Amino acid sequence: MPKAFFIDTTKCTACRGCQVGCKEWKNLPAVPTKQTGTHQNPPDLNPFNLKLVRFSEHMDKNGVVSWYFFPDQCRHCLEAPCKQASSVEGSILHDEATGAVIYTEKTAQEDFEVIHGACPYDIPRLNPATKQIVKCDMCIDRVRANLLPMCVKSCAMGAMNFGERADMLKMAADRLASVRKRFPKAQLCNPDDVAVIFLVADEPKKYHAFAVAEGPQLLTRKQVLAGLASPLRRAARTLRG
Amino acid sequence: MSITRRTFIKATGAGLAGLALGRLGLDLGPVRAYAAGLKIEGAKEVISICPFCSCGCNTLVHVKDGKIINIEGDPDFPISGGGLCAKGASLKSLHISPERLTKPLYRAPGSDKWEEKDWNWMMERVARRIKDQRDKDFLQKNAAGQTVNRVETLFHLGSSQVSNEEAAVLHQMVRAFGIVHFDHQARICHSPSVPALAECFGRGAMTNHYNDIQNADAILIMGSNAAEHHPMTFKWALKAQARGAVIMHVDPKFSRTSARSDFHVPIRSGTDIAFLGGMIKYILEKKKYFADYVLDYTNASFLVGEKYSFKDGMFSGFDPEKKKYDKSAWAFEKDADGKVKRDPTFKHPRCVMNLMKAHYSRYDLDRVSSVTGVSKQDLLRVYEAYTATGRPDKAGTIVYALGWTQHSVGVQNIRLSGLVQQLLGNIGIAGGGINALRGEPNVQGTTDHALLYGYLPGYHSTPTATYQTLDEYLKAYTPVTKDPMSVNWWSNRPKYVVSLLKAWYGDNATKENDYGYSWVPKMDPGVDYSHLYIFDRMYKGGIKGGLCFAHNPCQSIPNIHKVRKAWDKLDWVVIGDVFHNETTDNWRRPGVDPKTVKTEVFLLPSVYRAEKDGTISNSGRWHMWHYKAVEPLGQSRNMGEMFVEIMNRVRALYAKEGGAFPEPITKSDYPAKFDAEAEARRINGFFTRDVKVGDKEHKKGQLVPGFPSLKDDGSTTSLNWLYCGGYTEAEGNLSKRRDLTQTPMQAKIGLYPGFAWAWPMNRRVLYNRASVDKNGTPFNPDRTVIVWQDGKWVGDVPDGGYPPMSMEGGKYPFIMTTEGHSQLFGPGREDGPFPEHYEPAETPLVVNPFSKQMHNPCMKVIQSDVDVLAKNGDPRFPIVLTTYSLTEHWCSGSETRNSPPLLEAEPQQYVEMSPQLAQEKGLKNGDVVIVESLRGKTEAVAMVTVRIKPFKVAGKTVHLVGMPFCFGWSKPKCGDSTNRVTVSIGDPNTTIPEYKACLVNLRKADKVTEL
Repeated sequence: MPKAFFIDTTKCTACRGCQVGCKEWKNLPAVPTKQTGTHQNPPDLNPFNLKLVRFSEHMDKNGVVSWYFFPDQCRHCLEAPCKQASSVEGSILHDEATGAVIYTEKTAQEDFEVIHGACPYDIPRLNPATKQIVKCDMCIDRVRANLLPMCVKSCAMGAMNFGERADMLKMAADRLASVRKRFPKAQLCNPDDVAVIFLVADEPKKYHAFAVAEGPQLLTRKQVLAGLASPLRRAARTLRG
Repeated sequence: MSITRRTFIKATGAGLAGLALGRLGLDLGPVRAYAAGLKIEGAKEVISICPFCSCGCNTLVHVKDGKIINIEGDPDFPISGGGLCAKGASLKSLHISPERLTKPLYRAPGSDKWEEKDWNWMMERVARRIKDQRDKDFLQKNAAGQTVNRVETLFHLGSSQVSNEEAAVLHQMVRAFGIVHFDHQARICHSPSVPALAECFGRGAMTNHYNDIQNADAILIMGSNAAEHHPMTFKWALKAQARGAVIMHVDPKFSRTSARSDFHVPIRSGTDIAFLGGMIKYILEKKKYFADYVLDYTNASFLVGEKYSFKDGMFSGFDPEKKKYDKSAWAFEKDADGKVKRDPTFKHPRCVMNLMKAHYSRYDLDRVSSVTGVSKQDLLRVYEAYTATGRPDKAGTIVYALGWTQHSVGVQNIRLSGLVQQLLGNIGIAGGGINALRGEPNVQGTTDHALLYGYLPGYHSTPTATYQTLDEYLKAYTPVTKDPMSVNWWSNRPKYVVSLLKAWYGDNATKENDYGYSWVPKMDPGVDYSHLYIFDRMYKGGIKGGLCFAHNPCQSIPNIHKVRKAWDKLDWVVIGDVFHNETTDNWRRPGVDPKTVKTEVFLLPSVYRAEKDGTISNSGRWHMWHYKAVEPLGQSRNMGEMFVEIMNRVRALYAKEGGAFPEPITKSDYPAKFDAEAEARRINGFFTRDVKVGDKEHKKGQLVPGFPSLKDDGSTTSLNWLYCGGYTEAEGNLSKRRDLTQTPMQAKIGLYPGFAWAWPMNRRVLYNRASVDKNGTPFNPDRTVIVWQDGKWVGDVPDGGYPPMSMEGGKYPFIMTTEGHSQLFGPGREDGPFPEHYEPAETPLVVNPFSKQMHNPCMKVIQSDVDVLAKNGDPRFPIVLTTYSLTEHWCSGSETRNSPPLLEAEPQQYVEMSPQLAQEKGLKNGDVVIVESLRGKTEAVAMVTVRIKPFKVAGKTVHLVGMPFCFGWSKPKCGDSTNRVTVSIGDPNTTIPEYKACLVNLRKADKVTEL
């Protein structure tokens, strides 16, 4: 049975237990950072930060402030464009039992720009030392042993959830219905296409430029390659700034 | 018993088990190589507790080959459900950090380096320094000729993180040495909570517990950024919110707490009393109060004596020379039998209800808005939503932390929340209470064990020279009531004090020698021995040496330039810690030539949490055992071992050489070696002879079953009466319990009575007798804490097991106050029976709109050449600075700055400011600025954010900026202490410094040197 995450950002307090828990479980080294005027740090996903809490603040015309937190990670797409874009056998695996999309050491032989370009969520990163492409692996070691992925395990607020896809979809739908009373613009991000379903209270772009994929999800390899220069990705990159 | 993962572990006996995990499906398919080899498979799993905030999250430590390979949350821990915040999630890195201190280090006077020494070499010298200093400076009599038996040139600071067992041996040692300059982190974090809450309700602790927040209908988070500094609080706030509760956040800045609250209301720092005073007026005028509760359970109907008055900011009884009130001017009026006079009709002009109405009549919306900078609309929004809980079937809880305590009116901030909660009938009920989020995981426990100069373990005032005999002391501190319906539990104090003395001095404590009372050092009455005064006296050369454990005062005390210079003046200091920090390495701080620093430093490497066992008490008073998972790293040792060895070495020196007043040391009943389990038993206490209590016989040496069995005749011992009952002959060490069983009624409110143990007597919700009416029927049957059924209480452990008030033998519900009622009018605090708004010591205003009295008339003002204050409304420093913590670092940051993933997430000092201020100052986001006060300056990165807004105060715009206090020079390029800027001003009751408000200015940095 495929698994899914349900990430309810209306419960996220950006405690960053997930961000740190991920690094600790995977023994990822810290990257040097600077304070640049935001709490979001490191500034972006990188080969050593596969889970990152994004912070974005807004003030409406009435002076009401919103602060949105987006615990970003690989969406483990149901039909992964990165896998479709892959040209090396065995470099990107899609585990049927869990739905995890796994990057192997063979990704070192891939064209990073192609794999990265295929991802509508701006997830893959290149480890400059090993040349491998890296991203979240759903803690496949833990999940296969009946344990929660470390980010979900760390989350005490109930923002991060993990389980059978059907259960997560139900949880997401129920929560959406309840949250909409307070946040009319609340929505789920690409729930039909991904295994990591975010619930946001406002327009997804207010959380993160790549919170949702705007294009069709099921692309052929050819389309993906063509898409490297597509208006959609360009638009997204512009938004990211 | 419910079957949990932990019950399995318990069955294996040692609190640990090998992990054998079921695989999900047999065929791993192509991902085999990536899914196999789960690193914790086959690992030993041990329960420990996160060493940061007072949520006390239980953790699972995975150990292979004697090494920690993983630490994650314990899913059976009812508060976290297995989660951890960023700090807790980084515990593996912290435990195995290469930055850990692993060898004893010695720094010779004037030296520029550390030298590695062995333990024996170090301990021999430590004992020698202590003994020599003590012998040289021991003071048998004070200036008035009274016997005091103390030493003033020695100090002990810190240790709020040690276990309860370590705290007990430490306290015993410190008093034996005669040290009075004895203080720990509670002084600077939650010291006001004890006198404020105790004045209202009788005890100084968080009234409810974390899980209980889910039962609230309204949650007022004020003076707290709960989601950041006590993250698990918010799990339960969110659960309440999902049920329909409203979460309100009133705080100077919009934080991660505000982000998930229903709404945020910005308030100028230091004006909480004005805000809440307005709420009192609103409650009284709109009759929002719970009338029966107020009449029956509070002192609203009590008559106050004729001497009481309040005029233009001042209460009666003030002595302007001493800056002190004569509190007898505020005494209640009593009848011929000595009972307090009452007027249940509330007609008498001097009944508390009417005095309170008069007092807060001045707190009208216009004035409150003008002072706080909160719009009238926002004031009403909070007042309406929160006071809607003044009904029997609604619960409102108030959550606060350092945002209330760290002010020159810290105690009165909290007191006023107590008034609100009493009026609304929110004390004792599920989802109610005042949830003080205490600091470090065991700052609750180490406050209970009183690592603070003013108390002996269990909240007995430290004796002063005024009381030369035990009888005089007990008479002065044992309250008396003439009302037969008042339990007045503190009338039992003699039993607890005598049992403590018996525990300290064993067979040497006899009735004939006052149980060794003369061996306890006596303070001079009215003299303050707390942090600010310790450092002032050190700065002026009056303190020569001391002990500092797990504390970083050279980073965390206000006006830090002065503190660092004061530390330089020490001849010697013994420091125990896990990492280097600004205090251990003060002698080599930037700008100082080590040659000029004469201090001899003994740096003792401490184990980290998972390398030792013992108990901590979280903020909800849960007394929980943590197990040792691995051997100490390198040569590090647990602090209990260090304390016991220091004491025993000093004792051996006295036995051999004699010296100044050796009795308190040589007559101590003290362990030869530290053993947490044995110490836990000593804390609970024993019978010293065979006794019969009722029809139950107890043998000499058996554990006392609970504090109701303690006696004042020397037949019992207990190192802390509060914990008596936590370790029994019948059930063993109750702090180890992992039973999640609940009755349906208990489950409804998440009581978890079988998980660990809570003081007192496993009571989870304090004052729960006030959750029922006079007949014992719950005010809200949907969320019952206790109920009188078939002639007994069921649910939680009742707070006083007497029958309901209306029945034969019934008693008032507040058993810890002298008259059995909670106190709206509190005649025992230094600065008034009702909280009154005063401006912070440094204020942007030139007039206090509430009175002619600008500042708290009793506030403690430290006087020295470097303790300078800006003028009221000083044009040189027009900006209000408030300081705070954040999720990723803990307190001074001395531990968490050593965690790579935490430092990665929050690497450097910053200052949050509004876009409007940034524009005025020509700054943009990310610029480095200099933040400057009259005392010093600090570099910080400008974080320009809409989350901070300018305030409209008294008709003009006031800007506020905020800075964290966790960055210090010992971690390069982090920045340095915000406390270079803050003020040495203290609350009159507990001398907690006013970290939360001072005046600064800021400008763009020409040159960056610290970041």
